[in-house]
Amino acid sequence: MVVTLGSRRRRAALRTAAFMSPWLIGFAVFFAYPLLSTVYFSFMHYDGFRPPSWSGGKNWVYVFAHYPLFWPALRNTLWLVLVMVTLRVLFGLGVGLLITKIKTGAGVFRTLFYLPYLAPPVAATMSFAFLLNPGTGPVDSLLEKAGLPAPGWFNDPAWAKPALTLLALWGIGDLMVIFMAALLDVPAEQYEAAELDGASPWQRFRYVTLPNISPIVMFAVVTGVIQTMQYYTQPLIAGKVASGVIQGAGTQFEPGYPDKSTLTLPQLVYNLGFQRFDYGSACVVALVLFALSMAFTALLMRRRGGLIQAGD
Amino acid sequence: MPEVIPSAARKAAFALTVSLALLTTACTGQSGTGATDDASKDTTINFWHAWSAPNEVKAVRSLVAGFEKAHPNIHVNVVGNMTDDKINQALRSGGDRAPDVISSFTTNNVGKFCSSGALVDLGPFFRKSGIDPAKTFPKAMNEYTRFEGNRCAVPLLGDAYGLYYNKTAYRKAGITAPPKTWSQFETDARKLTIPQGDGYEQLGFMPDYHGWESTTEHYFAQFSPTYFAKDGTSDLAKDPAFEKGFRLQKRLVDELGGFRRLERFRATLGDEWGPKHPFHTGQVAMQLDGEWRLGMAEAAKPKFEIGVAPLPVPDDQAAQYGKGYITGTIAGIAATSHKQNAAWEFVKYVSTDTDAVVGFANDIHNVPSTLAALKSPKLKYDPRFKTFLDIAADPDSTTTPASVNGGQYLVTIQQFGYDYESGKVTDLKAGLRKTAAQIDTDIAQAK
Repeated sequence: MVVTLGSRRRRAALRTAAFMSPWLIGFAVFFAYPLLSTVYFSFMHYDGFRPPSWSGGKNWVYVFAHYPLFWPALRNTLWLVLVMVTLRVLFGLGVGLLITKIKTGAGVFRTLFYLPYLAPPVAATMSFAFLLNPGTGPVDSLLEKAGLPAPGWFNDPAWAKPALTLLALWGIGDLMVIFMAALLDVPAEQYEAAELDGASPWQRFRYVTLPNISPIVMFAVVTGVIQTMQYYTQPLIAGKVASGVIQGAGTQFEPGYPDKSTLTLPQLVYNLGFQRFDYGSACVVALVLFALSMAFTALLMRRRGGLIQAGD
Repeated sequence: MPEVIPSAARKAAFALTVSLALLTTACTGQSGTGATDDASKDTTINFWHAWSAPNEVKAVRSLVAGFEKAHPNIHVNVVGNMTDDKINQALRSGGDRAPDVISSFTTNNVGKFCSSGALVDLGPFFRKSGIDPAKTFPKAMNEYTRFEGNRCAVPLLGDAYGLYYNKTAYRKAGITAPPKTWSQFETDARKLTIPQGDGYEQLGFMPDYHGWESTTEHYFAQFSPTYFAKDGTSDLAKDPAFEKGFRLQKRLVDELGGFRRLERFRATLGDEWGPKHPFHTGQVAMQLDGEWRLGMAEAAKPKFEIGVAPLPVPDDQAAQYGKGYITGTIAGIAATSHKQNAAWEFVKYVSTDTDAVVGFANDIHNVPSTLAALKSPKLKYDPRFKTFLDIAADPDSTTTPASVNGGQYLVTIQQFGYDYESGKVTDLKAGLRKTAAQIDTDIAQAK
């Protein structure tokens, strides 16, 4: 039987496609379809009950020009991405560095720092709302006893996001473990060589540790940005608990209590799509999230190139 | 030194980012149609409701048992503890396991359910059965179960809002009777307030819009406002009732210590549904609340005698003293149901059969939702509960009308209320105009 070059190539291509099919199916179902349908519905009037109808750019105009919660939510999300992610990475790295230096009892400290990460987000947020309660919480009582100003935390628009950041820093266990693994993986001979060259501790960190762990730093930042873009549970629960208003028959819950300070973009997707039955506008917000995620990731990828070159 | 991440890995990172961002935000769905069926044949219908407490679940079981006894050929598969989100999803998807009959704790979605056709118009069913909803249900309940001429829901027990007061604190303050007008209320609230340091030993009334049930719509009901003009636009800036309501609340906030002080005090108080509710503990002497508070307050064994009265009315509406805000649970038939006639038999029984409604109200401790049930001698209640029965039956009692985008207009008004009470907004008239324009924009977007 004569096998031509063309048929061999076709067979190889089919084989490749067969091996790739699980990924291709997953990509089509979980990525391509949601993306395309989100773009499609962003141009449609769709309430989930009646068939969708074309609305042109009406949803886009509404979200950007008339939806009063959009800009506060965007500002809050960007604040959290810039401040919370940065502090989480720095704190995680700092704790990781400290724990790798501890000679005795390191296991205990690792466990202590990792445990909060295992706490369910709802329970953890409710606990923080209790601890930081400006009237009855122990934190403000201690601050007052120490003669320091006692913030309103989740009840004060100026302090709500810093309080959420504290909560995020408390649950730093995931980053600590990753950074610890990366730090322990840095070749000891590089530190020895640097010491022989008279490098200071800061120079050893800057020119040995940081370049070695930079892929991990990048991973922590990128995943941190993605998680923060989807930040939903903690601000919602904190706002609800602090407001003291539980949505019931005939009552309305104000998203983002206090004064929209805990409002994030994913909450808007829920508010528009599932409370107001405006799926088109919800899809617009989802696409804004998508664009922001892409922009941040692209920016970080570029910056990482610069970081490695500087380390070289 | 590590190498730069290869191009493939970079693309994978992008794909991961995009997938994660979109997985939580994908938008899909479908609509469905209804069907006819023979309600005299043996059939099973699905009933989804939101009650979850053991005594409530038992009450629903008892209600269903009564129906099945009266209609031996129709069996009811009861599914409890269903939130509105789950109900909405099921109404869109349909199917054999989807509900034929739903009930929701909130009246907010009636506008959407009616206008979208998610729940069937019950008007023809009522006519077929010879029942006039206007003569069956109290006025406010009749109003919140329909939207633009479409009656897609029925009231299934109701909630009436009134004034709870601490009789012991009243006596100490020399107050002999609950206030009937807002000006009397203001005086009493001041008399009952005992400051202590930065907070209060006892606060006469918590006026803040975050003060549990003291929301804008509950206050404004006493002013009988018109939320929407005939053309469907917001009447917020035109009906003086709203301005009066906002000004009254702001006066109370200022007179009782100011927004910051009240909010700080509020943060120290127990939550709405727990035994440490500030009215139970005596920290707040008067409370705007629903009929359920009586049972909850008595269960907390307070160290004072509880009094109940209708909420005050504006001084120029003194003749209407006795009215209040009315809301409640609603029920309806899914448009996707293929057993709508059987479902109607069930809906008709639970919402219009006097004994069924009375029995359910006795078990759940809510206000009955038919005029006949409100007068039924079989109704068991604490004598003070009678106040709420009277509020529910009062023709001047009001509710918040259904809207095409749910309760969004109420959220917008409430949001403006927060800005006004906190002093963030000082020009009330301009604020009302802006808020009305926002409500109109939101409704136009939903249509």
